[in-house]
Amino acid sequence: MLEIGLGHYLTLGAILFTIGVFGIFVNRKNVIILLMSIELILLAVNVNLVAFSASLGDLGGQVFAMFILTVAAAEAAVGLAILVVFFRNRGDIAVEGVNMMKG
Amino acid sequence: MMLQAAAFYILSAVAVLSAFMVVAAKNPVRAVLFLILAFFSVAGIFVILGAEFLAMILVIVYVGAVAVLFLFVVMMLDIDFAELKQGFLSYLPLGGLVALALAAMLALVGFTWTMSDTASGHLQAPMPADMTNVEALGAVLYDQYVLYFQLAGLILLVAMIGAITLTLRHRPGVRRQDVGKQVGRKRAEAVELVDVKRGEGIG
Repeated sequence: MLEIGLGHYLTLGAILFTIGVFGIFVNRKNVIILLMSIELILLAVNVNLVAFSASLGDLGGQVFAMFILTVAAAEAAVGLAILVVFFRNRGDIAVEGVNMMKG
Repeated sequence: MMLQAAAFYILSAVAVLSAFMVVAAKNPVRAVLFLILAFFSVAGIFVILGAEFLAMILVIVYVGAVAVLFLFVVMMLDIDFAELKQGFLSYLPLGGLVALALAAMLALVGFTWTMSDTASGHLQAPMPADMTNVEALGAVLYDQYVLYFQLAGLILLVAMIGAITLTLRHRPGVRRQDVGKQVGRKRAEAVELVDVKRGEGIG
């Protein structure tokens, strides 16, 4: 119990991932919380990658965690930009109206 | 070892609780603040794991940029958040079911997987013993993964241009400087020489 091993970190990652997926299903009207849930999921993946990296002594996992951070930052920026435009056009951010964006 | 275990349990408890509060909070501003707390505690866990550089990046990039971006958008958009929260209870059963199923699947994998015996022979970038984390990461990132590093930069550039073009708008009635028009102005259309007679003025 006091020896913290790979399993502990994987459990933490799994719990964070599950909370993120739960958040996507529960906050279906609020796109901002939805984006935050996606950030949580990516964070859980990062925990897994870094845990395996530390456990195996391989730096590749940390490098890939950095790339995931990059993609997550880009995704948040573009997602929030779309959200701002969507709000300007519609006046709310409910996910049900998102299909109005199709061309 | 005792200290490490205590730090791990405290940090992961804070991370899990604040992650749950991100999902469940009524006020999105609080949700963003809890997201920041979750990122901080996961950064602490990265420090325990020996990934110091990633922990710092997490604090700088996520707390400093992404979370502030979220806060900015939450505060900028004038949204009735109470109305947005209405469906929460009706979606709760389905969400809980999906979360339970996912947790069961993850547990199934988590209890049955084993590390391959040859896994330690296939390391992509073994950690050098005589280097700090930042040094070793830099040596790998700028050497072995340099192409992916450049591609990551390209992704950020595309995201930046995309975000700017999406949110840029030209409002009518706003006067802007038109440099081409200023430079292209001719003397004839700007200045008029008038021969004014004394005592009469310009009619």
